[in-house]
Amino acid sequence: MKLIVKVFGRISEEIGESEFMIERSDNIASLKGEINAVYPQLKDLKFAIAVNKKLSTDSDKIPEGAEIALLPPFSGG
Amino acid sequence: MDRFDRHYNLKGFGLKSQQKLQEAKVLVVGAGGLGCPILLYLASVGFGKIGIVDGDLVSESNLSRQVLFGQNDLGKNKAEAAVQILLGKYSDIELVSIPEYLNKENIIEHLNDYDLVVDGSDNFPTRYLVNDACVLLGKPLVFGALYQNEGQVAVFNTRGIQSVNYRDIYPIPPSAHEVPNCNEAGVLGVFPGIIGSMMASEAIKLVSGFGVILDGKMLYYNFLNHSEYKIELTKDPQSEISRPKSANDLIQMDYQDFCGLSSQLNWEDVIPLMNEFGDTVLVDLRQSHEEPELEDIPFIRVSMDQIHLENAELTRTNTILLFCQTGVRSMKASKLLQEKYPDKYIRSISGGINSFDLNL
Repeated sequence: MKLIVKVFGRISEEIGESEFMIERSDNIASLKGEINAVYPQLKDLKFAIAVNKKLSTDSDKIPEGAEIALLPPFSGG
Repeated sequence: MDRFDRHYNLKGFGLKSQQKLQEAKVLVVGAGGLGCPILLYLASVGFGKIGIVDGDLVSESNLSRQVLFGQNDLGKNKAEAAVQILLGKYSDIELVSIPEYLNKENIIEHLNDYDLVVDGSDNFPTRYLVNDACVLLGKPLVFGALYQNEGQVAVFNTRGIQSVNYRDIYPIPPSAHEVPNCNEAGVLGVFPGIIGSMMASEAIKLVSGFGVILDGKMLYYNFLNHSEYKIELTKDPQSEISRPKSANDLIQMDYQDFCGLSSQLNWEDVIPLMNEFGDTVLVDLRQSHEEPELEDIPFIRVSMDQIHLENAELTRTNTILLFCQTGVRSMKASKLLQEKYPDKYIRSISGGINSFDLNL
């Protein structure tokens, strides 16, 4: 079962899409590993991760069919 | 009838909400792309007192989006110019200009005079500084930021320490080269107007109690296709570890360093850095008669007495390396430039040309 991942800002620019599909992981920490394997160009970028539109931490479980979002910080003004 | 007549007539707003605005004191950080629309609306709706803090001067490239200013304002301090312009429009609000950059030494004093803060700054060190000071002093913070055609808006710290703040989302700042600001990434003039207006709306709603604010939420807005994405934020206990817990802690913080922007570098790191970041500008700060001349490495010459002036090459790049004869002038210049460009990677080359080794 794959998960949909929405991406923003610099991340969207790096991968050239506003979303992608990825194999489901059990928790956020392993999802990060999966993302880095598929998109190594994101390895050094800092971003927050939301699961079903809620900010998550590394140990959070990922339910089946969840919508993931990768949220980089912006500073411009 | 008075100038707020339409507010009185608006169902759910009315005289009481208007009075709340007129009693409120708001500090706006930055009178730039976001600050200009924020200020125009906060002044027009009648906030009682508006402080404007910005150490920057109006330059030509600002005029496409910083809509308070025009060609006659070039070279003026933005906070002072903004106050002059708004005073010419409204006589019934108090306007205070603070023509300097916020730093860890002055921020507590400035924030103390206000009920809430709206952050329209343009760099990470200032954003973390403003966030931390607002948490310390218990001031609500309306946050907004841009990256090219995307914006973020959030409201932090409405209920003191239980509220979410910026560090709960981003406990670790991005590295210096990771997130270009509007200078490098570009921005279309109208877009900061949209995000700045959203920020002004949040400040108005927060003070008046009208509608629902982005309290503990962050909205992502895409200018190109109007897509929105709203995230519910949560407290991250980890983020508390690095946050300053007292005014004294805050003074001890090095926000440049925290955001990966400390000040010195050795000659052997210069070439690798120039190779990695093609836009790197190496600057010789010496007078043209000073010797020896640097050979085989491209550089530009900007003497110390010119370094404070607007310089297209320095504005454009994200990476500035400075050298002089012994490293003294370059340290001074790096501090000056870092204050002017808080999120650029700026380094003084340790020991100056005297420590340059031809064998490198």
